[in-house]
Amino acid sequence: MRSRRTGLAVVLARRSAQGLGVAVLVSLLCFLVVRRLPGDAAYRIAAGRYGYDLVDQEAADAVRDELGLDRPAWQQLGSWLADALQLDFGRSLVTSRPVLDEVGYYLVGTLQLAAASLALAILLGGAVGVLAARRPGGVLDRIATGWVAGVRAVPPFLLGLLLVVVFSAQLGLLPAVGHGSASSIVLPALTLGVSLSGLIARVTRDAVVEVGQSDYVRFAHTKGLAERWVLLRHVVRNAAVVLVPYLGVQAVILIEGVVVVESLFAWQGLGHALVHAVFWRDVPVLQATALALALLIVTINTLVDLAVLWLDPRPRRLEAPA
Amino acid sequence: MRRTVRLAISAAVTAGTLGLSACGGSAGSQAPADTLRIAGPFEVHSLDPTADGEIFTRLQVSETLVTSDIKGELAPSLATAWSSSTDYTEWEFDLVEDATFHDGTALTSETVVAALEKAAAQEASPLADVPIEHLHAEDGSVVVELEEPYLTLPAVLTHYSTAILAPAAYDGEGRVTEVIGTGPYEVATIELPASIETKRFDGWRGEQPAIERVSFQTVGRPESRALMAVSDQADVVFGLEPAGRQRVDSTEGVGMESSLQPRTILLKVNAGHPVLSDARVRQALSLALDREAMAEAVLRERELAATQLLPPSLAAWQADVEPLGHDQDAARALLEEAGWTPGPDGKLQKDGSPLRLNLLTYPDRTELPALATAIQAALAEIGVDIEVEVANSSEIPAGQADGTLELALIAKHFALVSDPLVDIAAVFAAEGSDWGVMNWRDPAVQTAIEGLLAGAPDAEARSHRESIVRTAQEQLPLIPVAWYRMNAAVNDRVEGFVMDPLETSWRISDLSWAS
Repeated sequence: MRSRRTGLAVVLARRSAQGLGVAVLVSLLCFLVVRRLPGDAAYRIAAGRYGYDLVDQEAADAVRDELGLDRPAWQQLGSWLADALQLDFGRSLVTSRPVLDEVGYYLVGTLQLAAASLALAILLGGAVGVLAARRPGGVLDRIATGWVAGVRAVPPFLLGLLLVVVFSAQLGLLPAVGHGSASSIVLPALTLGVSLSGLIARVTRDAVVEVGQSDYVRFAHTKGLAERWVLLRHVVRNAAVVLVPYLGVQAVILIEGVVVVESLFAWQGLGHALVHAVFWRDVPVLQATALALALLIVTINTLVDLAVLWLDPRPRRLEAPA
Repeated sequence: MRRTVRLAISAAVTAGTLGLSACGGSAGSQAPADTLRIAGPFEVHSLDPTADGEIFTRLQVSETLVTSDIKGELAPSLATAWSSSTDYTEWEFDLVEDATFHDGTALTSETVVAALEKAAAQEASPLADVPIEHLHAEDGSVVVELEEPYLTLPAVLTHYSTAILAPAAYDGEGRVTEVIGTGPYEVATIELPASIETKRFDGWRGEQPAIERVSFQTVGRPESRALMAVSDQADVVFGLEPAGRQRVDSTEGVGMESSLQPRTILLKVNAGHPVLSDARVRQALSLALDREAMAEAVLRERELAATQLLPPSLAAWQADVEPLGHDQDAARALLEEAGWTPGPDGKLQKDGSPLRLNLLTYPDRTELPALATAIQAALAEIGVDIEVEVANSSEIPAGQADGTLELALIAKHFALVSDPLVDIAAVFAAEGSDWGVMNWRDPAVQTAIEGLLAGAPDAEARSHRESIVRTAQEQLPLIPVAWYRMNAAVNDRVEGFVMDPLETSWRISDLSWAS
């Protein structure tokens, strides 16, 4: 118990330090990368604001003056960092709206979609994986292998369109696109969830097979424990030690923005915001978005560490010097 | 063993049912039956009229002083009439009497002056180019004093950036926080960047429109928009691609509406470039283009092949000139005359250096990159080596500014304000123009434009216009490629839909539900 508590403290301390370091590094990198991109930022920002029909040299010059884009780079970075330390992320260069509002809006969209997709992927992939693992090499296992290969082979864009054609255009059950209403998340989440479920099924299957052949599971069988309890208490828990870190990685991929799926379903998420911010050289939005992503990744990794710590009571090397 | 299988199956089934029941039955009930659902590719990132104001004039939330009718002619809006001094340096706009903003306050000449001053201060607004000396409010009218004559001021005031918003629409720093206009529809909810809902404004000074509520949704992918149109999830869907149009055509209950826009896809040419300064080279490039085949292949409509710079929708600007044609032999002959002969590899060269040009375009309009590669292929056939670069649209004004631009494929709108003269004068400006000529000037064209801007009488104006069109056709400082058609899928439930070629307004107040 004691070692677990120290384990917890160590994980949290290490991850917080990591979070801070990542935050500074990411905002610095974003700034430098945008400075290195080709093209004149004033023109890009003007194009983002007014659309290309209205962008000309005068509009670009006005933007440059207004935003002080001809100040030296270190001054621009310095003022951003100083403001960021006071939690003032400024306003978007393009839309002039507060960056926090803007990024917050897209972040919520992304989190909703990522959570829904991950839940669907776990349910689908987990079910397929457990079924397949019951008899390795059996019919179900082979069907599952087919499923894994199938969903991995179909690109999300195509899968999304297929789902829209079936569920929206043909059956009329769900709205094809949209953002906001409860029903509009189903198709994008299903698209991502189904794509993801393939690998989850594969990893689950292998983990369950491996755990199923272990001595402790055989012992559980021998002592006469009912099949369901063997599965839930021994197999699932032990397989989860392998699965949870894997899911953490998948969650990160989902949150980083699945731009294609977001644009197909007109879902407002961070991927969309990120792409626009890069196109438009909207540095404050880009920095804040990247910062949010970096901190989220640290958070997810922390949660994964904590979950594994809880799932796997064996003291780990780091925390068990005694 | 069997029990576990059952467990897993029931888990999967539960998951599926949960998923479906969470959403079940709500697709059709997304919007109440009396809502007109519009979908289009346009994102709305700002409430400022200069930035994304077109969406609010199209939705008839905000209004400008002057507007354009379906034929593109000036029409009264918030101004009922306008007149100018004989030398066109002072204009007076009489305001409509009983207009109220959506917040209940009355439209006054002071609020109009304040809104116009804000627009004039924005460089991107066409109003910023007008030499305004002073704007002042009179009783029931607004007077614009100019530093020099400006005939097309009423046309500039049709531009969406000059829409009049209520004083309460701005915050302390002059930023627009709410769109409070005077139109027949008021904003109900806005969720930037993708969703706007409006409802009928009870205080509207005109006849109450038949459509009660309107929802607008931004949908980026054309495939998604086409599916919305055919599955009855939107009543009006703008911007369909050829595949989507075919889908709509084969679906009952939905029809396609379209109109030719005053927009031309053209090659902007740096006429100061050592190779391109020779008019024969420009003519040869033009002759090498099989415009009909390109229009057929990329735009799926042969008739969109341009025969001259200004599209037929600008009726006053049509002149009796020989249409641009396709003739590879003539192109080769012209290039040979200019000193370009085929090298051993078939590519043209002069004094050992190859004829190689850079062609810049941007992906905002999906057909541009495709047309750029078609042009690349067509020019390769006569031995001209083109390197296509797809970049951000702003690279074009940037390339103009630093002089590095060679060729650019652009889609130029010739009636951003309702009088094409404003745009045409800018396109042919002697000092060059970001979205027009580069390092090219012609005395005949300058005289004609000055004459037109000074208000030449009818017959003289006609000859001026003809002179511009003819010179442009011969000299090709801009090489026209194709015209542009704007389309929309419209559900049969909607009656009275007309496509406005200038896209000033979607004329929702003229629509009704088919009984």
